[in-house]
Amino acid sequence: MLACQTNKSKKVPLLRGKTIVNLFFENSTRTRTTFELAAKRLSADVLSMSIATSSTSKGESLLDTIRNLEAMYVDMFIVRHGISGAAHFIARHTAPHISVINAGDGQHAHPTQAMLDMFTIRQIKKDFAQLKVAIIGDILHSRVARSQIQALNTLGAAEIRVIAPKTLLPAHVETLGVTVSHSLDEGLQDIDVIMMLRLQKERMTSALLPSESEYFKCFGLTESKLKIAKPDAIVMHPGPINRGVEIESSVADGPQSVILRQVSNGIAVRMAILSMAMQPKAGHA
Amino acid sequence: MQDINDLLTNLENELKQAWYKRQLVNPLMIGIHTGGVWIAEEMRQRLKLTEPLGVLDISFYRDDFSEIGVHPDVKPSAIPNHIDGRDIILIDDVFYTGRTVRAALNEIFDYGRPKQILLGVLIERDGKQIPITPDCVGARIALNANQRIKLTGPTPLNIHTETTSTEASS
Repeated sequence: MLACQTNKSKKVPLLRGKTIVNLFFENSTRTRTTFELAAKRLSADVLSMSIATSSTSKGESLLDTIRNLEAMYVDMFIVRHGISGAAHFIARHTAPHISVINAGDGQHAHPTQAMLDMFTIRQIKKDFAQLKVAIIGDILHSRVARSQIQALNTLGAAEIRVIAPKTLLPAHVETLGVTVSHSLDEGLQDIDVIMMLRLQKERMTSALLPSESEYFKCFGLTESKLKIAKPDAIVMHPGPINRGVEIESSVADGPQSVILRQVSNGIAVRMAILSMAMQPKAGHA
Repeated sequence: MQDINDLLTNLENELKQAWYKRQLVNPLMIGIHTGGVWIAEEMRQRLKLTEPLGVLDISFYRDDFSEIGVHPDVKPSAIPNHIDGRDIILIDDVFYTGRTVRAALNEIFDYGRPKQILLGVLIERDGKQIPITPDCVGARIALNANQRIKLTGPTPLNIHTETTSTEASS
């Protein structure tokens, strides 16, 4: 799938005739566009619905929206929703031949992001058993972090360290199989992979932080902080990045950053996920 | 089964004749994964082509996705980006139903519009299902539906027939 991106036509006919609906109840740039491109590069017909402009805003219930789309003979829903469990809820209420992909639900999970992150790490670092990985920032609100932690544990990473102020960590976070640090100076020691998170200001309902500049001073990844990690450490970020809030511009654009590679890999990984989800299921072949 | 070296020599001779007859100019050799690549590399050397071999994995172009899904081990295709107006020699190991070649042609045309394509296969067996026929063959043989030809390689290249319990579909 990766090689498809650099071919002249970029497109393969694998999912020709399939109809995929992007159901985005929450804003997204990268995830929606890369899912859309992934579907188009597999020759599927793709419809991107932004719910703000749909009938949901006229009072139609979620299930009615789904049933109507089902009646249009769609084959797959890609769902982004602000409430945890939304994709699973939709999957329970759709016909069995329709696939549902979770493109991020509330603070619960963002599995395709974690898969493309793991793919990117494996491209560069190969063996997970040797890797010490730091996840830095707003763990509390981050579905990306939850999926990353699950994926890294599944792949047997040597250590997963979360680095954040106490106010941005969920209670009992260590039960997820991570070690905890509250300072970059201590937490970045011996780290091979640095996974930054965006400060999710839109989800913060109370004063969790004194100020953005204070946060940057303590938890922003700067060039000098980056030197604490291993010299060949890579810097990742799921986007969108807040320059000067969680990461310094020169680090985001620097030689150790693989942020744009994550974006390119996102299309290939999503193409793979779409094709595998769309292949005949046991018993339905 | 005939000796693999005789088959390779037959294919080489047929390719040389067709090259002359069709007046190929600086042809690009392309092999279809996996066996076709081995045969194509052998032919590339025998025909003294200097350009690297083009490689096709037709998994994304197969017509049986809705029946069997994606293949777990898809390899990247490697075709030069400019094949417009080129002469191409397309090579596969076994020609059976013709569906693999159909998929390969579709993939090639996604890269550009070649001037002409010559199809060479080591073995053409009976069982054709669509109107495509190889131009050059190492041998033509008749087999039962439950028999299939198995190529092993790349070094040494070897070929034998197997009897399967279900009908082969490639």
